[in-house]
Amino acid sequence: MLTRILPMPLHSFMLLIIWLMINSTMSLGHIILGTVLGIVIPLLCQPLRVPQPHVRRPIKAAKYVLLVLKDVFVANIEVALLVMGPMRNIKPGFIAVPLDLRDTFPITVLASTVTMTPGTVSSEVSSDKKWLYVHVLNMPDNEQELIDLIKQRYERRVKEMFEC
Amino acid sequence: MLDISIIIVGIMLCTALMLNLWRLLTGPHIVDRILALDTMYINSIALILLYGMYNRTGLYFEAALLIAMLGFVSSVAFAKYLLRGDIIE
Amino acid sequence: MSFATEVIISVLLIIGGVFVLIGSIGLSRLQDLYTRLHAPTKATTVGLGSILVASMIYMAYVRDFLSINELLITLFLVITAPVTAHILAKAAMHNGVKPMERTKNADLIKKARQQLPPDSQMEE
Repeated sequence: MLTRILPMPLHSFMLLIIWLMINSTMSLGHIILGTVLGIVIPLLCQPLRVPQPHVRRPIKAAKYVLLVLKDVFVANIEVALLVMGPMRNIKPGFIAVPLDLRDTFPITVLASTVTMTPGTVSSEVSSDKKWLYVHVLNMPDNEQELIDLIKQRYERRVKEMFEC
Repeated sequence: MLDISIIIVGIMLCTALMLNLWRLLTGPHIVDRILALDTMYINSIALILLYGMYNRTGLYFEAALLIAMLGFVSSVAFAKYLLRGDIIE
Repeated sequence: MSFATEVIISVLLIIGGVFVLIGSIGLSRLQDLYTRLHAPTKATTVGLGSILVASMIYMAYVRDFLSINELLITLFLVITAPVTAHILAKAAMHNGVKPMERTKNADLIKKARQQLPPDSQMEE
């Protein structure tokens, strides 16, 4: 019964919180309205869902977010120095990273972090979901180093997070 | 002191917007123009927030939130249109 | 408002302004589309983030209550910026935008364009 009214309890709760944040208030009227929206919207959206793996380890996920935030700051300073320096120092290139992840949601998380971190933008996933094509702003002489960095630093952690 | 730094940052943001406009007008490829538009959305959010600070009012946050959402959706829609125009061969 | 908070807010604002400006300079200065994608997506996210934090502290002082809307905007931008960059790179590949001459492994574009794995054989 409860699962029929609340098919996605976590999403309902998040909708309520975000509704209160948008209105930046804690008044009773908005809490009731937010609860109604939190019940109705998941009911309408449920047929659209594609089953995806959930985050199994929230503590690892929080650590991952902190690591990525730190890397984003470093990435910005690196990219800023490259952009302001002479253009002939920039050696762009493409690499193909083999993926161990199989589901779409973990691949999306990995591709987004690759885009946010030092000098790399993910540009395409092969249709069999085994390769991620990445454009690199400043290519090191040894491409394998960079592929190993992405696999060791980010993919391993994403894998642990989803436990797949 | 705060007023002076708000004005300095405002000048920086306006320069950034002019550079984006230049890329929007000259961009050799249509994708360059979409990228310039997307950057302009983000820069104008910053400018609106700065204007809110200058006038000491919080009214502009809603406008900034709306621009953030519409900017993302319209950039993705443009890019998707380009993708589909080419995929059907 | 005390002098210390004014200094903190000013420093955050200036950092934000500098990063946004660098992102835009990169957009107009870099030479091909794929390298141009790097500058705005990264620099503007951090720049806007620090302007938003400055605005949050300022509003907390002026109106005596902490508004969380700015955090929502930051979160939204952090989630959407990589998606925009990814789909623009994809659109550029599918439209056959040429990378600059010294790009390494530029032949990977042909395979990425058809979403093939890099070790597959291309049929012409």
